[in-house]
Amino acid sequence: MTELHKLSIKEKLKGLKDSTFSSQELTESYLKRIKKLDNKINSFITVLEERAVKSAKESDQRYISGSALPLDGIPIAHKDIFCTEGVLTSCGSRMLSNFISPYSSTVVKNFEGSGSVVLGKTNMDEFAMGSSNETSYFGEVKNPWKKDYVPGGSSGGSAACVSAGLASGATGTDTGGSIRQPAALCGLTGIKPTYGRVSRYGMIAFASSLDQGGVLTKSAEDAAYMLKTMSGHDPKDSTSLNVEVPDFVKEIDKEIKGLRVGLPKQFFSMNMPEYVEQSINESLKVFEKLGVKIIDVDLPHIDLSLPIYYVIAPAECSANLSRYDGVKFGYRCEDPKNLEDLYMRTREEGFGTEVKRRILIGTYALSAGYYDAYYLKAQKCRRLVANDFKEAFKSVDLILSPTAPDTSFALGAKTSDPVEMYKQDIFTIPANLAGLPGISVPCGQHQGLPLGLQLVSDNLEESKILRMAHHFQLNTDWHKSWPELD
Amino acid sequence: MSLKNQDLEQIAYLARINIDKDKFPSLKKELESILELVAKMDSVNTESVVPMSHPLDLSQPLRKDKVTEKDDRKNLQKNAPSIKAGLFMVPKVIEVED
Repeated sequence: MTELHKLSIKEKLKGLKDSTFSSQELTESYLKRIKKLDNKINSFITVLEERAVKSAKESDQRYISGSALPLDGIPIAHKDIFCTEGVLTSCGSRMLSNFISPYSSTVVKNFEGSGSVVLGKTNMDEFAMGSSNETSYFGEVKNPWKKDYVPGGSSGGSAACVSAGLASGATGTDTGGSIRQPAALCGLTGIKPTYGRVSRYGMIAFASSLDQGGVLTKSAEDAAYMLKTMSGHDPKDSTSLNVEVPDFVKEIDKEIKGLRVGLPKQFFSMNMPEYVEQSINESLKVFEKLGVKIIDVDLPHIDLSLPIYYVIAPAECSANLSRYDGVKFGYRCEDPKNLEDLYMRTREEGFGTEVKRRILIGTYALSAGYYDAYYLKAQKCRRLVANDFKEAFKSVDLILSPTAPDTSFALGAKTSDPVEMYKQDIFTIPANLAGLPGISVPCGQHQGLPLGLQLVSDNLEESKILRMAHHFQLNTDWHKSWPELD
Repeated sequence: MSLKNQDLEQIAYLARINIDKDKFPSLKKELESILELVAKMDSVNTESVVPMSHPLDLSQPLRKDKVTEKDDRKNLQKNAPSIKAGLFMVPKVIEVED
């Protein structure tokens, strides 16, 4: 029999339905792989072995009784940012290293309701702040393609575990590229839907006007299955969109002939490595063969994205993370002298360097006398970037670019220079600022490391980007390759 | 953009994060490099631009003023560092005269 972990979600569902294998067998094969291989990449913070086997058995029962749910018996993993009742939910931080969530996030509940089996919670950059998964309190994650290289971040554990075949797919969150960039660096498909498509209830907040949940999978088709389960209106999240969720799986086969793809001049005039440019050019040829039109577009304010992001994200993070004070839950320092000492030392000891750096920048940007010059200015510039996209979508359906400026980089290579690290997200941040959906798809390799291309569409057009990605994958093999880990 | 030690102390206090003085030089350098990056925004005139606080420009939906959560104190307090008689315990905040 083929190795079970190499089957697509569609094939797994068929195998389960036809009793070719049971969910228990499938789940146990994944647990075995995790036990054998995860010590090489550190992609999980918590493995839920007993819980997974128990829910697999329940799935098998439902298949027998003919009441199977849409993703019944499919083993997945959740980024450790999604609160899961009765399970450690650490957000990659010492601050929450003892936090057993008293409730489940809507995303976790949606997957439970679809019958999927949760194998565990994946490692991540602390509070989702990072592009290399080196800021986790639970240790760095390694790229399965080259183990002294980073998997990208912040959803680095989710990326590494799916890439290594330790889960069928994994949830992630994307504030400035945290799904798409690690997907690119690990050779996966990663989609960040429209802001508001996926509920943020129980998804630990970093920058609330930018954060959005999504998935990392081997293919666009797998992503369609998972995104369908995950999306939908949630009254518990006041920013959740009350709109119908299309059947992403059904819509994926529709043809892409006649769609117009825009190439932002501003991105393509930047210096990029030759092999990145080459992989993009070859991908464009694939799209052209499928009847897609390629057009240049102008996004005149796009170069402001990184500066805007590094005001808005830290400002919102400084407000969101003020809740971690050592009083009601989470880490508390030893022997506080007084209440102020309790706050000051709890936050000094509980947060890591990058999180503190962003809280400080955000605090500064929001402090009296600076608000107009930083936060308000950034919100105004954000409007300019969003308008650029609005204008561009009058003449194109999608915007294409590389996902990341290069392939993965060596562990430790960028940790001493925060701004150098921030540049990892130069192509992904604009979509977060405008709230737009974006996907990263594997489109090449250089020296054994994957490259990704990004497609961004207008709001609520996830179907269109999934469809484009799917047709690309029907005509290329990049998404089919696996790293050698065994 | 240059920050003084005094600024750093003030920011750290506002953020309620204790920071060792010996970390000031490197922190100062890092924060300044971020502020330098951010200063690029000054190159555009935004006088007449409406600030964008929500990516889809939606307004806050309202719901009925009804209690929806049940009392779950015991469960919620399981994660608390220190609890006494159902209350969260912190160091004494009332100053006592000597």
